[in-house]
Amino acid sequence: MGVTVSGPAIAPAIEAAGLSKVYPGGTTAAEDISFQVGAGEVFGLLGPNGAGKTTTLRILITVLRPSGGHARVLGLDVVEQPTQVRQLIGYVPQERAIDRFLTGREHLELLAALYHLPKAHAAARIDEVLSLVGLAHKADEVARNYSGGMKRKLDIACGLIPSPKVLFMDEPTLGLDVESRLKIWDHIRELKARGITILLTTNYLDEADQLCDRIAIIDAGRVKAMGSPSELKAGLGGDVVSLTLSPADLAKVEGLSQAIKGQAGVRAVSTKQNVLDIRVASPESSLPAILSAVTAQGCRLEFVEYHRPRLDDVFLAYTGRKIKDE
Amino acid sequence: MQDYAQEVGALTMRWVKRLSREKFSMLFTLFQPMVFWLIFFGNLFQRATDTQVVQAPSYIAFLAAGVVVMTILNNGLAGGVDLLFDKENGFLERLMSTPISRTSVIISRFIFVMTITSLQVLVILGVAYLFGVHPVTGIGGVVVIIGIGLLFGIGLTAISMALAFSVKSHGDFFSMLGFLSLPMIFLSTALVPLTAMPWWMSWLARLNPMTWAIDAVRPLILTGWTAALPSIAIVVVVMVVFDAVCLYGAAKAFQKTLG
Repeated sequence: MGVTVSGPAIAPAIEAAGLSKVYPGGTTAAEDISFQVGAGEVFGLLGPNGAGKTTTLRILITVLRPSGGHARVLGLDVVEQPTQVRQLIGYVPQERAIDRFLTGREHLELLAALYHLPKAHAAARIDEVLSLVGLAHKADEVARNYSGGMKRKLDIACGLIPSPKVLFMDEPTLGLDVESRLKIWDHIRELKARGITILLTTNYLDEADQLCDRIAIIDAGRVKAMGSPSELKAGLGGDVVSLTLSPADLAKVEGLSQAIKGQAGVRAVSTKQNVLDIRVASPESSLPAILSAVTAQGCRLEFVEYHRPRLDDVFLAYTGRKIKDE
Repeated sequence: MQDYAQEVGALTMRWVKRLSREKFSMLFTLFQPMVFWLIFFGNLFQRATDTQVVQAPSYIAFLAAGVVVMTILNNGLAGGVDLLFDKENGFLERLMSTPISRTSVIISRFIFVMTITSLQVLVILGVAYLFGVHPVTGIGGVVVIIGIGLLFGIGLTAISMALAFSVKSHGDFFSMLGFLSLPMIFLSTALVPLTAMPWWMSWLARLNPMTWAIDAVRPLILTGWTAALPSIAIVVVVMVVFDAVCLYGAAKAFQKTLG
């Protein structure tokens, strides 16, 4: 059953159209969420806690009914055909959903039975996923003795038992130390290389930037922006030169900002106290003019910084706040 | 059908494995009711109770039926605890994301709780035997006692699971359990017969399904089939109604949480 993944006529692996969820108390967790994920893509839902990412994901894995809109996974409707959807997807929950009294292998045996794998096939599959996530040497130890990173690996192994075509991961590296995070990222890249479509939620900008082919920025239950990290960054229009003036020159900030706005190659200037963020087409050609404007206005510089737009600039631009101010 | 058996089997084995890993808790679960109630309470009140009032050769003989049903009560009411933890740590959601029948988790829990309860009832009757309480209806009576236990246990376990699915935190769950369990015991014929209670307590005790279960188990141990059969007939009717109400409530709670 070869499925061709190229060509625009192929149905997307995941399709959400106008999904909304209002909880019985009246809280709106998601409103008009729409996106499509192509086969083989890693797609990220990026947003702060409580933005509606997990709600969206729970609808897609069929454990939560949407209040409005519809969603399809591999062409199957998540409300109408939940059992068929469950058969084809893997799920890695946000919490360490581990039974600490069972060994790693027992978790996988349980999951294999729930996916109705025949015993002989299950044993082979279990060995395969254990070595894929690098947990084979700890497979027969009870999960109580696992570290956070090992529990996460077991979570992922559980999600891989059904050989899913689509894998859903809720905050795959939340609360992990740096080394474990990097390892989990490697596993995710390896899964992508095997052709698995992955939808993950994250509130880590670097995770979205490093792993995802495309992301949807979600805030307050709505999609605020969507695209590949580089498109989103390029969409902001140019690199950023950031000038910090000496606090004594606070009164001159406005004048300087006006002077710089007139220069060629300057797209926008925003000020916050004694800091000016200047968006420029090319820093190489604009920097001399900016610096001469500083001298002409008689300002003293305390600090100059130049950077390409980062995903946090994108997040700030679309939501009006930084992802970590809550 | 084969898929269903595979799911329920694997889920039930998980409960068995969990229990066997918690050695201390297992010992405590199995022996606590006998040690506390039958041996301590029974012997403590042996001389403080009037055999004319309890209508039994000894207080322990009277108490045995009460302890059997109390054990069924406590096991049933605690039957949802593991699901509560599964709900809180996300394990339940993981199970629900797999292509299993929506009922298999619940059925596995029923099978597990009912099996443990039946074993415990056997152990309690065995300990009572050592204290000279020999059920007059013999093995047949013991089988009927376990049958009554299953009928009562199903409804109780259903209540417990419904609570586990509906509560906001496990603190709420355990306070509800505490709130239910002791009054159920005191307002029943577990410790004293109806005739020895103040009128208002005996009236409340008659509304308690536990009283009906005890009143059917007790003659099986103390008097014989003739005395027991009418009570057995009544308890079957009472329990069918009780179970129907509890299962309906549990199904509602389950649908609300898991869709």
